[in-house]
Amino acid sequence: MPDCILALESSCDETAAAICTLDGTLLASSISSQADIHRRYGGVVPEVASRNHILHVRPLVEEVLAQAKITLDDCAAFAATSGPGLVSSLLIGTSMAKSLAVTTGRPYLAVNHMEGHLLSPFIGANGPVRPCIALIVSGGHTMLVKVRAVGDYQLLGRTRDDAAGEAFDKIAKMIGLPYPGGPEIDKSARTGNPKAFDFPRSFLDGRSLEFSFSGLKTAVLYELPKLDLTQPQIIADLSASVQEAIVEVLVEKLLLAAQVHQEKLITVSGGVSCNAHLRSRLQKGASKAGLELLLAEPALCTDNAGMIAFTAAQRFRQGHTSPIETDVDPNLSIISS
Amino acid sequence: MPQFLPTATDTHAWGVALAGSLAPHSVIALCGTLGAGKTHVSQGIVAGLGSAASVTSPTFTLVHEYLDGRLPVYHFDFYRMDSTAEVLNIGWDDYLDEPGVIVVEWADRFPDLLPPNTRWFQITLPETGGRSIEEVPPL
Repeated sequence: MPDCILALESSCDETAAAICTLDGTLLASSISSQADIHRRYGGVVPEVASRNHILHVRPLVEEVLAQAKITLDDCAAFAATSGPGLVSSLLIGTSMAKSLAVTTGRPYLAVNHMEGHLLSPFIGANGPVRPCIALIVSGGHTMLVKVRAVGDYQLLGRTRDDAAGEAFDKIAKMIGLPYPGGPEIDKSARTGNPKAFDFPRSFLDGRSLEFSFSGLKTAVLYELPKLDLTQPQIIADLSASVQEAIVEVLVEKLLLAAQVHQEKLITVSGGVSCNAHLRSRLQKGASKAGLELLLAEPALCTDNAGMIAFTAAQRFRQGHTSPIETDVDPNLSIISS
Repeated sequence: MPQFLPTATDTHAWGVALAGSLAPHSVIALCGTLGAGKTHVSQGIVAGLGSAASVTSPTFTLVHEYLDGRLPVYHFDFYRMDSTAEVLNIGWDDYLDEPGVIVVEWADRFPDLLPPNTRWFQITLPETGGRSIEEVPPL
């Protein structure tokens, strides 16, 4: 009796494959650039150079089958990210998953990349999926979503310009920190004073759940000519102040959303959720507000196929499959239609 | 002749005005430092073409497509690209063939990839605040 799902992810920079059981237990997960994963733990990807999904996809399938010690016969369905993302990249993963589905006579499932991030805090011991307010925060995305059940989502707010991870990265570059900037700011901020610079917090109006980080970038830009960036303490203070400005907005808006929607469980996923200061502030904030907090495991924060396999398993158990002619959609929305 | 744009709202409005002059296969190259306001201009262009979409930075996602306006808009960002081969890998040639408008942030990273009809704009930040935008000769 086939009881596994094999999933592929190729929406942007990474090619990834994973296998999980129908009850959502991950058996294998691999990323084409795995060797680099520790250096890039902050969800920022230094190079697009290895966007050779087509070269990676077949070896990855073979690798995860071997890791999970199963064969294609054990797969009940084949899944792939069908959007949002780059059309040319998405096509590689979906074509491979569809080919496997057709040749084995098993169903195909198209999975939304953002739904993968959304459900990733529930992978492992934290399952099953429960109603919550979720913050997804990465280089490409910053959004708050109300989860009622698997497949039933309401978008509460998103960034109007830059994603939080992008703000970390670009500001790091402006102050001369190495790439990738997110983890570098995290590190440098540890010896800095978060109150050294009073950078703007873009709360928009008091009740808004929308985000904006481009104003912070410009504020830092205007501050720089006044500073001696050769002094390590200045860099540390800048890092701490920038980090504080970003983290405070993320935490406050997540807590506000939970309060407004009277939800007791909050979750955080995406590459930026690896940031140590964010994790610590979230824990403090959640405990003060009497909320339960679930954070995605660091290995599942950046783009990966484990979250796609997990999401596919949830959907498959609900009886969902996708027609083989399902096209990729670069603008695929997470909102239930 | 550079145009001074005191606020982000002015930058957006400048993009809306530019959109009125765009036709299928128009290519707009936006250059300027981090935080100069390239995404604000792009937001104005997309809105000016009649799209209701919320336009965000494509730095990490590389291309965003806005298809609900008078013309489709393909919004690129070359910031994270390291070679012309990478840009070609994400289907750059295919997008140039589409009868839409292409907006490219950090276009000056790979000027060779931009077609001859590209209009180039440089955004600078005067020390006294605000932004300045100027149409410049092709790079």
